[in-house]
Amino acid sequence: MKKMLAAATLALSMSTTGMAFAEPLKIGMITTLSGGGAGLGIDTRDGFMLAIKNAGNKDITVVTEDDAQKPELAVQIADKMIQSDKVDVLTGIVWSNLLMAVAPSAVAQGKFYVSTNAAPAALAGANCNKLYFNAAYQNDNLHEAMGEYANKGYKKMFILAPNYPAGKDSLTGFKRYYKGQLAAEVYTQVGQTDYAAEIAQMRASGADGIFVFLPGGMGIAFMKQFAQSGVKIPVMGPGFSFSQDVLPAIGDAAVGAKASGQWAPDFDNAASKKFLADFQKEYNRLPSIYAVQAYDAAQLIVAAASKASVKNADAFGAELRKADIQSPRGKFKFNTNQHPIQDIYLTEVIKQNGVITNKTVEKIFADHGDAYAKDCKI
Amino acid sequence: MTLALALEQLLNGLQLGVMLFLMAAGLTLIFGVMGLINLAHGSLYMVGAFACATVAAWTGSFWIGLIASLIAAAAAGAIVELVVIRRLYDRDHLDQVLATFALILMFSEGTRWLFGSFPLYLDIPPLLQGAVALPGGTEYPVYRLAIILAGAIVAFGLYLLISRTRLGMRIRAGESDREMIGALGVDIRTLYTVVFALGAALAGLAGAMVGALQSVQVGMGEPVLILAFVVIVIGGIGSIKGALLGALLVGVTDTMGRFLLPKILALFVAPAQAGMIGGAAASMLIYIVMAVILAVKPRGLFPAAHA
Repeated sequence: MKKMLAAATLALSMSTTGMAFAEPLKIGMITTLSGGGAGLGIDTRDGFMLAIKNAGNKDITVVTEDDAQKPELAVQIADKMIQSDKVDVLTGIVWSNLLMAVAPSAVAQGKFYVSTNAAPAALAGANCNKLYFNAAYQNDNLHEAMGEYANKGYKKMFILAPNYPAGKDSLTGFKRYYKGQLAAEVYTQVGQTDYAAEIAQMRASGADGIFVFLPGGMGIAFMKQFAQSGVKIPVMGPGFSFSQDVLPAIGDAAVGAKASGQWAPDFDNAASKKFLADFQKEYNRLPSIYAVQAYDAAQLIVAAASKASVKNADAFGAELRKADIQSPRGKFKFNTNQHPIQDIYLTEVIKQNGVITNKTVEKIFADHGDAYAKDCKI
Repeated sequence: MTLALALEQLLNGLQLGVMLFLMAAGLTLIFGVMGLINLAHGSLYMVGAFACATVAAWTGSFWIGLIASLIAAAAAGAIVELVVIRRLYDRDHLDQVLATFALILMFSEGTRWLFGSFPLYLDIPPLLQGAVALPGGTEYPVYRLAIILAGAIVAFGLYLLISRTRLGMRIRAGESDREMIGALGVDIRTLYTVVFALGAALAGLAGAMVGALQSVQVGMGEPVLILAFVVIVIGGIGSIKGALLGALLVGVTDTMGRFLLPKILALFVAPAQAGMIGGAAASMLIYIVMAVILAVKPRGLFPAAHA
């Protein structure tokens, strides 16, 4: 009996680790490590490398390069990685305009692209591709959730986003679910740091709520200026506007803001607790949602690599689609367009023992996909 | 549109203008006196902001941080002048642009190496927190009013310095005829270092004041630098008076454009479209103004005597 049990255990362990393919897999990570958006890229890289390190698979190598948030540079790096580094999978781009410059040509050359963040609508619908996966969301998702949330108790919203693909996706997503009236719909310049003119319009608009999508330094500037303006209208936004990479720099001005996210540090599941502890131990700071998304992207690639060779695109793609991972987000699976189906939560910025972070309030969407999947024919 | 909103937007434009003036004054002074194009001016702005944020975090006082920003930016400016810029006066503008562009990269990566990539925290001092009531029933942040006031004081101080002091006399002389004042026994090398440090200190001050309002991060100087160049081109390169008027013109045009263009467009097209097109058009507006001014007055509004 004992022997049989031992054999069963052995067989079981064989089936998970023993069957691992010893096929080498090379991942090319292009992300933003310099310039104003570097905080996002560094969290992406660190979250990704944490999962690679935890996997301990010697056959997987990662080359990392900085795109400086410039599309032309990202394209050059991608060409170099594909032609001379001979990578099998590309990943890591934070910004949708850069992704649009890189991903379509990479998949056309037969490489996999697993996105850790950027998820423009253009790649989720009719132009989806069986080599293109998104481990984060579809750009509209978190904004849709805030639109749904705003329906409870807000009648006249002032909405604002930067003038670039993800900004347009943002306000489109918000309006898809929001049923009330709009006080104004304002687009600002990408990288704008002074919002006095917009805040003055908010004050005069008679809005009862404000929705802003301002990732990185833009959000820091906006929240600080808004807090000083004397305007008392509640502010909300997608998780990026109040993500852990910007909260310490905004300070108390962010406390109380409502946001939407697929993950917050207080998630009560084993994978989330392990991720949080590992990340803090490794990097000595709290992870942002960018880190979680990249961590899951790496887990997905690692999981697929242990079952199939990346040289066999059909088999590797099929393994990726299974999404056989323990995500800190809890439930995670792929939709027909290879974008996630996941729960989206309402979070609130709180100050806890002197640390400013997000806490979960309630679930807004359960098993939420995106509006473009129906147009995707894979 | 109410009068209160218009007044508030005007103040916003004024505040942006004053901030640009602090940057443009140093830039135009350096060009006027030394004939040098300094692309690294934005880096000195960043140095000021980082110095203020770091010292304010150590001491808990924004004011000590503000003084530190002046000292740090002036010191960085003086060192850069002594080590790099001094070798560039006799070269043409292309060499200067290349060398000072290299300085931008070194400052940015150096700052990242020292402070990391995440933005630093710098808050407005308690004394200037909150908003005050304006006539017309609206409120306005105290801190922005303080920036306008500080800019006005600096502008007046610069005017006194240049028109009433011995140093100012030498600066003006340096602008008119470099060789002659050297021949008259003025130590032109020291004068150049002092002017460069003064310009750097003004940029550092702007960086510290704006850092409390925006975000203190690597690369924060370059967008402001571009606007500052627009300002000095409009105002006339080398002229402090031109820099002041150019800065106010750019500040008010930019703010009013962002505010009014979408509203005007909304009369003709759907609000979402108006927001998008208006936003894009507003970001072009100051460049259109610059082009028009250059077409009418190719050397800017107030060209310096010997440019």
